[in-house]
Amino acid sequence: MTILLISQAGPMVTVQDRGRKGLLHAGVSGSGPMDGPSMDLANALVGNGPDDAVLEFAGPGGVFEVTEPVRFAVTGGAVDIRIDGAAAFPWESHHLLPGQRLAIGAMRDAVWGYLAFSGGIGTPPVLGARATHLRSGLGGLDGRRLGANDRLLLGEAPAGPLLAFRRFWQRARGPIRVVPGPQDDYFDQATWRAFLDEPFIVSPSRDRMAQILDGPRLPAVGGHDIVSDGTVAGSIQVPASGRPIVLMAERQSTGGYPKIATVASVDLPRLAQTPSGRAIRFAAISQEEAEDLLIAGRRTLREAVAGIVEKPASADLSKEARR
Amino acid sequence: MPVTYPRIVACGDSALSIELSDEIDEDVNARVIALAADLAERPIDAVVETVPTYRSLLVLYDPSLRRAQALRLELEARLRAAVPGSRAARRFVVPVVYGGEAGLDLAELGDMKGLSADELVAIHAAGEYRVYMIGFAPGFAYLGGLPEILHTPRLATPRQRIEAGAIGIGGKQASINSVSGPSGWRFIGRTPLRLFDPSRSEPFLLSAGDHVRFRPIEPAEAAALDAASVAGKTVVEPEPV
Repeated sequence: MTILLISQAGPMVTVQDRGRKGLLHAGVSGSGPMDGPSMDLANALVGNGPDDAVLEFAGPGGVFEVTEPVRFAVTGGAVDIRIDGAAAFPWESHHLLPGQRLAIGAMRDAVWGYLAFSGGIGTPPVLGARATHLRSGLGGLDGRRLGANDRLLLGEAPAGPLLAFRRFWQRARGPIRVVPGPQDDYFDQATWRAFLDEPFIVSPSRDRMAQILDGPRLPAVGGHDIVSDGTVAGSIQVPASGRPIVLMAERQSTGGYPKIATVASVDLPRLAQTPSGRAIRFAAISQEEAEDLLIAGRRTLREAVAGIVEKPASADLSKEARR
Repeated sequence: MPVTYPRIVACGDSALSIELSDEIDEDVNARVIALAADLAERPIDAVVETVPTYRSLLVLYDPSLRRAQALRLELEARLRAAVPGSRAARRFVVPVVYGGEAGLDLAELGDMKGLSADELVAIHAAGEYRVYMIGFAPGFAYLGGLPEILHTPRLATPRQRIEAGAIGIGGKQASINSVSGPSGWRFIGRTPLRLFDPSRSEPFLLSAGDHVRFRPIEPAEAAALDAASVAGKTVVEPEPV
């Protein structure tokens, strides 16, 4: 039995997996990762399956120890990783042995980091998933953020080689693409021009549920109250303040504000990973174009996973030399 | 903005919303629920899940299996064929302790309406309610059928924490809180029933389309029902409507 000991935890460390499926009709948010591809790649780098649970963190990750040898990998962005003080790279796997201290800093060019351990985090599934939903206190460890002295069971995992990417995985660049609607007709032409022509600043008012944007106000000529309807990840709702709110992984299942547009699924992780204070722009595309992007994005992710190879035996040595 | 209903609108690259109206209406809601039931009984491979709401059905789909363009045609055909009321309705009689600590707005609401607390309780408990949708939080029930005299705007500033089981009024709607959390609704009592308990084999008590009546109870009965709820027992059984 392998135990993960958390000696220190950053302010926002939670257990996540792909999230709850099929319970939106009962008001249960899917939850799951803010950046799905990064989580999938972290799992793949330690030989896990796509349904295994990982730790997601924003801000500093923390300090971790294990009771049995494991493989681990950190993804999401550039980040300082130390094994007993020795620097290690993200986006590839490493061994962590009993007695070693793994210290993980904060993402430098991104927001959300993913820390996968071979075997996956073994907290009991709740309503079909291990993903933590903080608002309703479901999943993960007692439905809450992790803290110092928490202990988590890791799943059984066979020993395996250390892995890395043959080619580096890269996020798309350019504007955040959106599909107009479902309440696009609540906004007039002038507002639509402002929405698509002017930049928005990623506000520090953000969490796993929602991302607020600062920029031109978006008044709804159709009014800012609708009869509540269903939401999706990426819904851009506009309350009476005119300040758009993008619903994220932990969103509520229904909402009563008009939704001017929906962020394309491939670009939502990119928005989640944009540091606060940065400017973004939106570009409108059709539903069909967004479907094409999603299908292509899934293919690229599959190719990235297929392109994972054993790290050359010398790789660790070269890092030793660099130290 | 003349809009004709029904219409099917895009919600990004993995969802469509079938809008039947832009108003709260029992017949519209019954058609939404019938369409959701039809899609559950005769699934379309690409449809991942559906979310029935007051007047629209959100359909989440996988574009790798079917594109929106093709899915729209199939959903339009289903919409024409769906018959409301094909599922037998059920009614839950929900025991409520009115007033007390959880009914923190009962006295003020009475003053606003010119009603005594007893009169207000009698009016609330005489209503026949219907679950229009479950949303916002796990198992949270939005109820229609609130008697008009009890319609009351929400608070300007939401309270930070309202307990699970609180019986609320928000505008024209009534509610039963399923989990504790912030709320701008007004509260007149509490039920010992748990609308949501993830440790139960049936975690959710209510579904969209269910009927609800409220039954005033005394604190002594509430204490017994609380104990049963904590033990994970089903405290009430539904009756046929």
